[in-house]
Amino acid sequence: MTKYVVKRVLLMFLTLFIITSICFMLIRILPRELPQDKNLQAVIQARWDALGYGKPLLVQYGIYLKNIITDWDFGTSWYVSFRSPAWDVLMDRLLPTVLVNFYSFLFSIPVGIALGIFAAIKKNKWQDQVISTAVMICVSVPSYVYGFLVQYFLYFKAGLFPLTVSALADAGNSWFSGRMLWSMIPPILALSFSQIAGLCRFTRAELTETLTSDYMLLARTKGLTRAQATTRHALKNAMVPILPMIISTFISILSGSMIIEQIFAIPGVGQLYIKSISLLDYDVFMMDTIFYTFVGLLASIVVDISYGFIDPRIRMGAKK
Amino acid sequence: MNKSYDTNNLPRIEKEKFEFVNRGERISDKKFDDKPVGYFKDAWIRFRKNKGSVVAAIIILCIVAFSFLCPLLTTNFDAAFMDVYYAKKPPRNMLLSNIGIADGGTNRDFSEKSLVKAIAIGMAAEDHDGTGDVTLEIGMDSAYQPMLKIGEGEEYTEIKGAKPKTIYPGRIENYLEVGFMYKSIEQSEYAKIVAWQAETGLQILYPLIADNEYNLDSSDANNWYKSSKGTPVSVDANGNITEIKYAPGMVLEENYKRDADGNPIYYEYTGGGDTTTAQYKVRVLYYNYYTYMNGFEPEYLFGTDSQGYDLSLRMADGIRLSLLLAICVSALNLTIGAIYGAIEGYYGGAIDMVMERIGDVLSGVPFIVVATLFQIHLANRVGAVPSLLFAFVLTGWLSTAGRTRTQFYRFKSQEYVIAARTLGAKDSRIIWKHIFPNSLGTIITASVLVIPGVINSESMLSYLGIVKLGGTETTSLGTLLSDASKLWTNYPHLMIFPAIVLSLLLICFNLFGNGLRDAFNPSLRGVEE
Repeated sequence: MTKYVVKRVLLMFLTLFIITSICFMLIRILPRELPQDKNLQAVIQARWDALGYGKPLLVQYGIYLKNIITDWDFGTSWYVSFRSPAWDVLMDRLLPTVLVNFYSFLFSIPVGIALGIFAAIKKNKWQDQVISTAVMICVSVPSYVYGFLVQYFLYFKAGLFPLTVSALADAGNSWFSGRMLWSMIPPILALSFSQIAGLCRFTRAELTETLTSDYMLLARTKGLTRAQATTRHALKNAMVPILPMIISTFISILSGSMIIEQIFAIPGVGQLYIKSISLLDYDVFMMDTIFYTFVGLLASIVVDISYGFIDPRIRMGAKK
Repeated sequence: MNKSYDTNNLPRIEKEKFEFVNRGERISDKKFDDKPVGYFKDAWIRFRKNKGSVVAAIIILCIVAFSFLCPLLTTNFDAAFMDVYYAKKPPRNMLLSNIGIADGGTNRDFSEKSLVKAIAIGMAAEDHDGTGDVTLEIGMDSAYQPMLKIGEGEEYTEIKGAKPKTIYPGRIENYLEVGFMYKSIEQSEYAKIVAWQAETGLQILYPLIADNEYNLDSSDANNWYKSSKGTPVSVDANGNITEIKYAPGMVLEENYKRDADGNPIYYEYTGGGDTTTAQYKVRVLYYNYYTYMNGFEPEYLFGTDSQGYDLSLRMADGIRLSLLLAICVSALNLTIGAIYGAIEGYYGGAIDMVMERIGDVLSGVPFIVVATLFQIHLANRVGAVPSLLFAFVLTGWLSTAGRTRTQFYRFKSQEYVIAARTLGAKDSRIIWKHIFPNSLGTIITASVLVIPGVINSESMLSYLGIVKLGGTETTSLGTLLSDASKLWTNYPHLMIFPAIVLSLLLICFNLFGNGLRDAFNPSLRGVEE
């Protein structure tokens, strides 16, 4: 098991390295311009010279890697946030993204699983039909439609919530203040629809499968009631694939949702990505690219590994 | 599984009613009388039973038909047709307005000033000769009256001690609200308009307005009555002004430009050397001017977009683009993925290992990064849509390849494959003739489910502005929504129609794809991937 984990992690870093290298080359060969301001020009030019602009790409990449290893320096932001290190720019944006997604996660997991269990128990009855239809619609509708619906009903019709997430200064300089939480409710809701639907569909599918298995029949013949058999046997086994899915969702919280961040003006990672492209702030763009790649890879290996921890019957890395 | 058959409740059938179909004769070697049901027919029978999928397929067909037929059914066949003065207007259709929808109207609250201003457009339209004696009632009955409905006025006092304001809830026709406009035309054009007026009986040219202290904004062609700070007034011989109140029988005091004889002036020479270049300033009723210029009245089933294009045509363009892109991506993914997966799965071993690692690296790149890099590098050279296509294909085929590989692992050691190999069949023959057809159902249904994913991602990317599909030629539903995102609070139709069509398309393709999968692989029914 340990060997398998180590192997997977090493492989992940190798993949990350290859992807980073390709992206670095592709981003570095983009044409870049100096700003009009003379003083700024000199500063940027000096920094560019230090980073090896104009030298062969591989030399530039060498300098980039050296800076990361020795100083943890991923380059400098010029336009998104003037002269701050790209790493700091990214880290500043991480908290709002994680908060909004984490709240939505806390809300959607219990609701999604509960609905899924309910639908599975009432399989092919009207309750199941209603839930399945709603799930189908919620999974398909794109997230910005939810964004607009939530804004329309909660802001324009009800007037309960602000249109966008409050600025940090307005909410008592804290991401954890009550006012901030209140203003975050619309994006949390907008995010939750599709998460609830996805989780509900998955839970229903897994649970219906376990409910029809032979050990359930055995449990019933032993004299367990239907509720007892479901909670003690079916639910436990259905959780084997559901838990890894939840874990992977938990990790992908980090990357957030660009659309929702754009609509509700959340100063998060996704918005940073869009900003860095439109402002041609390439070092930040590169930083964001590495971040997204890393989160994606991490989510996928954690899912694979967690199977082994959750269900000892599954032996990871075993020969087929 | 919880079905239990209660034998007591079965209907009793008398023993005598049963009779043997066949006695004595052996029929086990006989062929069936009816036609054999093949794999595809079997799938079709199963698919037909799934009501939801059939309905979804019909809706998809309707949307596709809309995207192709819409340019033929609208009054203006040309997708590049636009009118800046009729931008962002709500739906308007003569036939549908009879049943109360698509009348081009929006509900709004009016102050007395703005209400009178709107009504005045209808009054002026009836007053072609510039007499100024049109009453409120005649103006309200005018075909060019923008006010469709006026509610009872309610008094509000916002500031204590100030004069209470009266607010009238009403419904206004957005196309007629444009009202009058100043235009600069040539002499020949003027003659043509006059001829057209005589021929059709519709009025375009209206008297010019005098520039004096009662006309606050000389560029506003709707301000034809004497007013002070926007409030209509009447002026007596001594120059004293009295405000005119909004009341039945209201007559506004006209403020038209007149010549020495007191007749209203319809044109004014503004410049130009000879008869062909001479320019004239005229005041036109824009609704009729539009009809004169284009030969049809403004009718837009879904309204107009933020630039003044017909929204239904833009949507049809967007749907066509999205579908075309999705189908191309799906077909390319299928081809590349099937070949790659077949080679991986069939040969296995070291080849499989290496090819899998290549796939791992590619799948590790986040799609949004791929799409962005392709746009930045390629969009200028090959265009936004082809580079989007490349981005989708670069990582999209991986799932098809994975699926094909699994299928090949399943089938490659089966007896019929070994038999074929023993008989001397080449690898390519075994792959494409023996194994591949068996896995075709799974692969094709999976590629149908790719379509909604592509449509969704494409609209997301153009919504975020990563893919820029501006201009008159190409648009997508995502671009329309992105335009609408800044304006939809005031012009909800810009948002509603594209969002509904997009959501409908996605829901239906998902339903259709699931139905197809259930039909082709009955064993997978209800299993989500």
